[in-house]
Amino acid sequence: MEKTDYKNVFVFAEQRDGVIQSVALELLGKAHELAGVLNEKVVAVLPGHNITKHAQMLIEYGADEVICIDEPELKDYLTEQYAQTICQVVNKFKPSILMIGATTIGRDLGPRLAARLTTGLTADCTRLEISEEGELMMTRPAFGGNLMATIMCTEHRPQMSTVRPGVMQKMTRDANRKGNVITFKPEFDKSKFLVRMVENVKVDKGKVDITDAKVLVSGGRGVGCKEGFEKLQALADVFPNAEVSSSRAMVDAGIIDHDRQVGQTGKTVRPDLYFALGISGAIQHLAGMEESDFIIAVNKDKFAPIFSVADLGIVCDLNKVVPLLTTRLAAEIEKK
Amino acid sequence: MNIVVCIKQVPNTNEIKINPETGTLIRDGVPSIMNPDDKGGLEMALRLKDQYGANVTVITMGPPQADAILREAFAMGADRAILLTDRKFAGADTLATSYALAGAIKTLDYDLIIAGRQAIDGDTAQVAPEMAEHLGLPQVSYTVDLKYNNGLCLVKKETEEGYQMLEVPTPCVLTVLAIANQPRYMSVKGIMEAFDKEVEIWTADKIDVDPNRLGLKGSPTRVKKSFTKPQKSPGQVYEVDAEEAVGIIISKLKEKFII
Ligand SMILES: Cc1cc2nc3c(=O)[nH]c(=O)nc-3n(C[C@H](O)[C@H](O)[C@H](O)COP(=O)(O)OP(=O)(O)OC[C@H]3O[C@@H](n4cnc5c(N)ncnc54)[C@H](O)[C@@H]3O)c2cc1C
Ligand SMILES: Cc1cc2nc3c(=O)[nH]c(=O)nc-3n(C[C@H](O)[C@H](O)[C@H](O)COP(=O)(O)OP(=O)(O)OC[C@H]3O[C@@H](n4cnc5c(N)ncnc54)[C@H](O)[C@@H]3O)c2cc1C
Repeated sequence: MEKTDYKNVFVFAEQRDGVIQSVALELLGKAHELAGVLNEKVVAVLPGHNITKHAQMLIEYGADEVICIDEPELKDYLTEQYAQTICQVVNKFKPSILMIGATTIGRDLGPRLAARLTTGLTADCTRLEISEEGELMMTRPAFGGNLMATIMCTEHRPQMSTVRPGVMQKMTRDANRKGNVITFKPEFDKSKFLVRMVENVKVDKGKVDITDAKVLVSGGRGVGCKEGFEKLQALADVFPNAEVSSSRAMVDAGIIDHDRQVGQTGKTVRPDLYFALGISGAIQHLAGMEESDFIIAVNKDKFAPIFSVADLGIVCDLNKVVPLLTTRLAAEIEKK
Repeated sequence: MNIVVCIKQVPNTNEIKINPETGTLIRDGVPSIMNPDDKGGLEMALRLKDQYGANVTVITMGPPQADAILREAFAMGADRAILLTDRKFAGADTLATSYALAGAIKTLDYDLIIAGRQAIDGDTAQVAPEMAEHLGLPQVSYTVDLKYNNGLCLVKKETEEGYQMLEVPTPCVLTVLAIANQPRYMSVKGIMEAFDKEVEIWTADKIDVDPNRLGLKGSPTRVKKSFTKPQKSPGQVYEVDAEEAVGIIISKLKEKFII
């Protein structure tokens, strides 16, 4: 391997049912920043079927070039089909960096690909920077969020990482951005396509994804029961773009769905405003919300660790605070 | 049917605390356990054994004390246990770890290879898919249920939106989530017998590998530094009644232009 042959920052543009995933746009935002430091290009790799029409959108979010691989075999994600495709793209275009969203797709594809390319892969990164020597520094949590580690891959290319959704910032979409669209035709070895999708079931939860909400009203064991969460929903309803989320304790108790869970084994969120109501602030919970712009914690225990990350802490019974806050806030917003 | 289950000994990260003075992990006194996802994988294998009479081999790469989880696996019902232990494996990242495990598994008979989805210490979820690649086998990750029928696995895979049903022929690699099942307890008889059973100790010479691809030497990634997260400076905390609390919250939200 000749290191200098490898150039440009590649992003795996994940799509599902032809919809570009938010994490792909977040990665383009980060890639744009890294490529700026390296003086290289941002290239989005978009595999799928009938997806070429989305290339322009990737450009508007920061790609300088989009490699479209439009094949019926790539309609749904399957490990081998995608691994063969991306592997051939890497061998032909030789990126120095390849970033993949750390979704169930990315964390299945990334390691398969890294082993095929005999290179390093850093898992579930939350920070990416370029060192003075121009190498990628990938920082990630380990030991259940207790430890952060900065990892490098200086002797192999590409430098690969999966990146946690919800952490990197998208660029503002710019309809005037221009870029190249390239079509790539992979050569499939279909004898290796051994996994068959029988069924892809979406359990419709009928609500907005909590990672998209501007305001999150999050409840923990202190909220206690379904009725308690109805009060939280009433508070959320006061805001135009708010959702209810929760700690794992309430998910384990069967009161809230897993797709509402914030934290290490749930989702990472970064809303403008995060209410932590009756949540103690376990490290696994903090891992998912501490990057929120403004955090208000209400807890009756003044020593609760949640206060160490809160921008505003209230030591009080949430059952008293929440209903009163709901009425007052509704009145305030009404006034406007 | 021959099933190989990859299990890893991990510190119970739930009980890890941070030394507030030095900002380092306190590992002393933290108990070691069988990684939770791996235990789910072992249970899945043992259920196939109960149903179809499979032969279950557990394998781990680790220091000599990893013997403990292999004995636990015996006590749950595993038939054979292999401990890969050698200084040459030390410092391995996921690529080198998966390469060593694949090198050992290559020398065994297998129809199905089961691993955990993710180890709670390294937390990468990379070892099993990388191992599947080294072995040239198909993989399904995030497995929560498995129906086996005559060389064909029907696997339920958890996704963000729901689940998928995937069909894959053996031999293949599955990675399993702890929530897939409720692992059985060790039986008393099993515990008694586990001490007398032989854990096979394998060194690097015993497996089918290129020694240059093992351990630190075979690892493309390097941990350059590790640290505990810097604490953000906490905001103000008010111990007040609800009336006052609501007043404070609303004025803050106005100040921040949130309302
Ligand atoms: C591997 C692993 C992964 C995990 N992943 C996650 C994760 O993704 N997300 C997550 O959240 N957790 C996760 N956890 C669990 C985590 O460790 C905690 O157990 C969990 O976050 C606790 O939830 P809680 O704060 O709601 O409950 P508790 O810790 O029980 O806290 C309840 C809080 O409510 C307060 N309270 C009670 N009544 C009132 C009242 N009337 N008014 C005001 N305050 C009140 C109490 O003072 C207390 O602080 C994980 C754990 C492990 C081991
Ligand atoms: C702080 C820190 C961060 C790290 N980050 C990275 C990184 O980003 N990339 C990287 O390549 N390496 C990384 N490593 C190295 C990595 O942790 C080790 O290679 C480790 O041996 C395997 O990774 P894991 O614990 O994440 O296992 P996972 O990949 O999460 O394990 C998945 C499954 O594979 C099986 N398995 C894993 N290890 C063994 C074993 N020793 N024996 C038997 N079965 C096993 C188990 O079934 C397990 O459930 C890091 C190490 C540290 C200390």
